[in-house]
Amino acid sequence: MFRAIKYSLSLVAALTANVSFGAWDDLNMSPGATQLSQEIFGLHMTVFYVCLAIGISVLLAMAFILFKYRKKEGVKPADFDDSTALEITWTVLFALILIVLAVPATSVMIKAYDDQEGDINILITGHQWKWQYEYIEDEVGFFSNLSTSLDKRNNLAPKDENYLLEVDEPLVIPTNTRVRFLITANDVIHSWWVPDFAIKQDAIPGFVNTGWTYVNEPGVFRGQCTELCGQYHGYMPIVVKAVSPEEYSTFIRDKKEAKIQQALLTEKLWSTSELMEIGEGIYQKNCVACHQIGGRGIPPVFPSLVGSEIVMRNKARHIEILMEGVQGAAMASYAEQLSEVEIAAVITYTRQAWGNAETGDGKIVIPKEILDYKTNKL
Amino acid sequence: MSAVIDSHHDDHHHGPAKGLSRWLYTTNHKDIGSMYLWFSLVMLFIGGAMAMVIRAELFEPGSQIVSPEFYNQMVTNHGLIMVFGVIMPAFVGFANWMIPMQIGAPDMALPRLNNLSFWILPVAFGILLSTFFMEGGAPNFGWTFYAPLSTEYAPPTVTFFIFSVHIMGASSIMGSINIITTILNMRAPGMTLMKMPLFVWSWFITAYLLIAVMPVLAGAVTMMLMDIHAGTSFFKAGGGGDPVLFQHIFWFFGHPEVYIMILPAFGIVSHIIETFSRKPIFGYSSMVYAIASIALLSFVVWAHHMFTVGMPIAGELFFMYSTMLIAIPTGVKVFNWLSTMFKGSLTFETPMLFAIAFVALFTIGGLSGIMLAIAPADFQYHDTYFVVAHFHYVLVPGALFSLLAAAYYWIPKWTGKMYDETLGKVHFWMSFISVNLTFFPMHFVGLAGMPRRIPDYAMQFADWNMMVSVGAFLFGISQLLFLFIVLKCIYNGKAATTEVWEGAKDKGFEWTVDSPAPYHTFSSPPSMESLKSSS
Repeated sequence: MFRAIKYSLSLVAALTANVSFGAWDDLNMSPGATQLSQEIFGLHMTVFYVCLAIGISVLLAMAFILFKYRKKEGVKPADFDDSTALEITWTVLFALILIVLAVPATSVMIKAYDDQEGDINILITGHQWKWQYEYIEDEVGFFSNLSTSLDKRNNLAPKDENYLLEVDEPLVIPTNTRVRFLITANDVIHSWWVPDFAIKQDAIPGFVNTGWTYVNEPGVFRGQCTELCGQYHGYMPIVVKAVSPEEYSTFIRDKKEAKIQQALLTEKLWSTSELMEIGEGIYQKNCVACHQIGGRGIPPVFPSLVGSEIVMRNKARHIEILMEGVQGAAMASYAEQLSEVEIAAVITYTRQAWGNAETGDGKIVIPKEILDYKTNKL
Repeated sequence: MSAVIDSHHDDHHHGPAKGLSRWLYTTNHKDIGSMYLWFSLVMLFIGGAMAMVIRAELFEPGSQIVSPEFYNQMVTNHGLIMVFGVIMPAFVGFANWMIPMQIGAPDMALPRLNNLSFWILPVAFGILLSTFFMEGGAPNFGWTFYAPLSTEYAPPTVTFFIFSVHIMGASSIMGSINIITTILNMRAPGMTLMKMPLFVWSWFITAYLLIAVMPVLAGAVTMMLMDIHAGTSFFKAGGGGDPVLFQHIFWFFGHPEVYIMILPAFGIVSHIIETFSRKPIFGYSSMVYAIASIALLSFVVWAHHMFTVGMPIAGELFFMYSTMLIAIPTGVKVFNWLSTMFKGSLTFETPMLFAIAFVALFTIGGLSGIMLAIAPADFQYHDTYFVVAHFHYVLVPGALFSLLAAAYYWIPKWTGKMYDETLGKVHFWMSFISVNLTFFPMHFVGLAGMPRRIPDYAMQFADWNMMVSVGAFLFGISQLLFLFIVLKCIYNGKAATTEVWEGAKDKGFEWTVDSPAPYHTFSSPPSMESLKSSS
């Protein structure tokens, strides 16, 4: 409450005095990190100042009229009700102001709509409620999830600077390179927004939209999903890390190696406890949003996994659901999102946890089975 | 004609029926107008309570009182109720009460249709609100219900929502037919179209907008119904459908809808400013042409709500230019209001205070509208709190303030009693301060990057959000005071004169009948001569 009063006062100060105050960042758009974002910022400020000037003139004129022509004894009101000359004058004036605004707006628009190919092309796919990034030329990719802990969100731990704006794995792009983003979605409409790049493009199932950027200096840039996409819409941030081209090549090489390592893991012999351990982590990250922490879901929209017939006794169907998703329901396919090991682990985890092992058949699933499923499908 | 009147001679003398049946079976425009107004006041408090839940959740960062899922239900239903359950029915209520009285007609042209168009509204909202008690919860996809979130991924209650929207649409269309028919056929002799009061003009144009676009909305929800239950793929990308098509259809309805919620306000504010300036309205015909051109332009600007869907650049530019054009007629209106006050003899009773605040704050909403029209800059504004600030500035200190102004302006004529002027002014100043405290800082958090429709936010937005919440709670409390003022006026107000406001007698037919207005007015049409100013 005290803070609110304090800030009410600072608002009054900000509105009445022509001062430059320290908290400008909290009040205005950021100029951003690219040439395009700076041009859009410049356009925003131009339009803002024009609107501010109009607004102040109108309000001052109004204040003057209200004061000057308040009812006074013995003063008779005028009775004019028209002036064609005056009306034509201000109509023309409005039109001129609009033309002045339309010219720079058009030129910035044309620059923003440059959709030539990039030196690097990245496919961005929105999922409920995470972003998937795939480097098209290098054929590597990953998912990027919110990494802020539930404790912080539930006010059980102190929040820090990047609360709700941090992810487990940021998108990495090189500086001084034209990067083009191809933006789409897998389920509902999302929108990929990084204010510092001035890119906001809707991610729409069945469409591929484009955006591009050219970052000069290394840095970390944060944004959020900006199209209502379901209950966790507020929890799918975007973090982009711009690094030097050398660092970027190292990043891509590591990604490629990790991909090969992942594939080898399916050959390894796995114990139930190893799978359970990995599976619990995967469950926490990918499944709790719908199926909840205790696995009981929110029926009827999100079914309970506890005591479920499929989870207890139908291993084949269980694998199939994870691999294909469920038509007409929120359950998506995880075949692309998770590795064979991860899928096997999370299936094993749900079949073992919450007493499912005791009431059901308790069968575990090993990574090889997932690989076989994929191979048989081909 | 005279034979008809004679055979119903007795009707003119008995008053309303007694008890509940008066309200259920009434065909009287005043009774129906009152029901519309009470209905929208009740919905204002329901929709307002939802806003309070939203602001309580956003008071501080972190999860506070509701789940993200319930938060989305609040956001969705707050929007739906305020748009379809408060602003629209309230304007229809004023239309019912005032159009017959302003044009010198005894009642609406189609009184039974009038009864039906009101009574299906509580049914529609009963259906909508009942979804809160159903499995899967109430609609949670935003009042704009974009597919496929509202189709493939919607809770099962979406079907009830669709049915409810159909009924609301039917009610609006019937109401509009009635208003157009009344205005075209029942004006007093000598009242040509260009002599009609501006409130009548604004509703005449609004009614055409409603007839044009409510069927489009009905089409959109019907396609959703088909996608959900009949296996079609209008909006289903997986079946070859087009999710963006939904947005085009929705906003082809949605943008005219925005003006449906503001054009009658232009009419109301014109009357109030004219009365309390003790001067005729400046530029009557340009006011009419401005309303008409805003209405026409509203059909060709819809995709400015969709600058980020990936339209071709020609589309972006077309919708940017057409949207900017709307600033011209809107600016004309603001300047006309200022010129009406210029060299007047102004007094500041509560209706005038709300009308002046309307002009000032609607101007702010209009200017942020110009900023939003600039397509490349809109890439940064779109779907942030900047947009939330913009449309609340035009809808709350815009449409809602005009409704409050109209209530204070005409309630003495309806009840025959004056409201408490001191309390009215307290209500005004509380509303004026809190509305700005609530919605002005939203510009800042929006520009700084806070997306709309999120249940929790990053630390940098914390301070402004707390201030917004405090403002919102204050605004909510202020409206309870309004309810008290209305009740006090009805039960305990001082008697009002026929004229009510100084010099109002030649401002319109409604000020020539007794206060309270008799149950049946103008059984014989009044003469335009009676409005000739004596000055």
